Amino acid sequence: MKSGSNLERLLEKGEFVVTGELGPPKGPDVEVVKKKAAMLKGNVDAVNITDNQTAIVRMSSIATAKILIEEGLEPNMQMVARDRNRIAMMSDLFGASAFGIKNMLCLSGDHQSFGNHPEAKNVFDIDSIQMIYMVKTMRDEHKVICGDEIEGDFKMFIGAACNPFADPFQYRVHRLAKKVEAGVDFIQTQCIYDMKRFKEFMKQVVDMGLHEKCKILAGVTPLKSVGMARYMAANVSGIIIPEEMIDRLKGAGKGNVATEGIKIVCEQMQELKETEGIAGIHLMAIEWEHKVAEIMEAAGFLPRPTL
Amino acid sequence: MITADRKPFEEIKESVKDYKKIMVLGCETCVAICQAGGEKEAEILASELRLAFGNEGNKVEVNDELVVRQCDDEFMADPAFLEKVKEADVILSIACGVGVQHACNFFNRTITDKPIRVIPGLNTTFMGANIDVGLWEERCLGCGDCVLEKTGGICPIARCAKSLLNGPCGGSSNGKCEINKELDCAWNLIIERLEALGDLDRIKPVEMYKDWRPSHSGGPRKRVREDLRL
Ligand code: SF4
Ligand code: SF4
Repeated sequence: MKSGSNLERLLEKGEFVVTGELGPPKGPDVEVVKKKAAMLKGNVDAVNITDNQTAIVRMSSIATAKILIEEGLEPNMQMVARDRNRIAMMSDLFGASAFGIKNMLCLSGDHQSFGNHPEAKNVFDIDSIQMIYMVKTMRDEHKVICGDEIEGDFKMFIGAACNPFADPFQYRVHRLAKKVEAGVDFIQTQCIYDMKRFKEFMKQVVDMGLHEKCKILAGVTPLKSVGMARYMAANVSGIIIPEEMIDRLKGAGKGNVATEGIKIVCEQMQELKETEGIAGIHLMAIEWEHKVAEIMEAAGFLPRPTL
Repeated sequence: MITADRKPFEEIKESVKDYKKIMVLGCETCVAICQAGGEKEAEILASELRLAFGNEGNKVEVNDELVVRQCDDEFMADPAFLEKVKEADVILSIACGVGVQHACNFFNRTITDKPIRVIPGLNTTFMGANIDVGLWEERCLGCGDCVLEKTGGICPIARCAKSLLNGPCGGSSNGKCEINKELDCAWNLIIERLEALGDLDRIKPVEMYKDWRPSHSGGPRKRVREDLRL
């Protein structure tokens, strides 16, 4: 066992896992975290805690993850390379481990120009792939980067992201291979809408045998409205939403778009479950946590497996 | 070369408003080529200041001078020139930040009976190349340990918005960077170049943590060539 987390053990057992996502509040309001956590509890196997996503200041992912543990959920703590150098990262990882956090996600992070403090100086001391290697070294060799021994046991199930919809397309699988080489245990992909392109990507993954070296969780996000779909397609780099999907939402007619969005995501989840190389789903219902139970039920993914 | 932009006129005017004798000092090298601080720009800035102060009935003397390079003692040692420097209340240097500091250091080393005040008229921006008429782009951050041999001659430190050594990130889209659709994704360029060279395998192994000590992170840098020192 790498960390013995719920997520790791379920994956080891061959269960088709589902992770959720929780965005921390823009302040120290614990109630917001508890409310969102209650909506996710029992409906997903672990919950990603974003780290100042889109560079907007929020409660730290470590603190939020700790609250989640207290609420009886398993967090997957995200960590970005934008705001911390290697010293701060390793120090925060010790802290996270001491708090009982057993899963993490290594990310480069959105550039600060997207956020609410574009004047900030960024760090980018190490990148997401080097971060994977760093955490693996800490876990498997009990050493920090410089080679000094770690006091105590450091366990972590190491995750990273992968965006099959970014460019250059033919190189994306090689970047995933680099993450595997660096020592990643699991991958969560960017939101998938273009199933055709995703399957092309997965074929490359399977041909290279990467799905046997790490567990791949396919990312999905339900579309709430036609406006949201258009906005994401135009403004979030690395997101492709096919016109047919937008047409289908439009066709649902006034008042029914959200329901259609949920229907689409459920169909995707079922299709992804049957896709070779996919070990689970990463369901990102952004500011739609209250719909997670409904989506999971409708997709036929409830109840969640226990150990 | 080093590129720079002139500061907004109002900011410059505000910074020299308390002085009666102003010397605008141009530099004939980098900032002349990027048309921010050369001879012509020094003349224009001096006449703009004369006009602006004149319109306010403020009697100010503004002269302009030019040296080949403000980052080198050799070009500023002329005694007649130093005499003029000494007579001015302020030297408004329109060299890059290096030139401003070096001119200040040199004047205060050479002219010992009066402290010399040197202030900047430019915002120094980057080390870059002149890509086209009126277009300059950043190319190097002086990291002290060049990796260009691995990346097809395209710098990931200066040209990737996240200085990634194992790019491209998930924001690379249609060859452009996630932070700005006008900006080329450096990693897209690197992959294209390496592919053309048949060298794509070079970036397949994980590139390890960078040692930032030779960069500015290691503190202000100094270069000593013992063989050249007397
Ligand atoms: S790798 Fe370093 S030295 Fe080489 S071009 Fe880039 S910043 Fe400059
Ligand atoms: S899009 Fe390209 S240049 Fe921009 S941060 Fe990502 S890898 Fe770097």
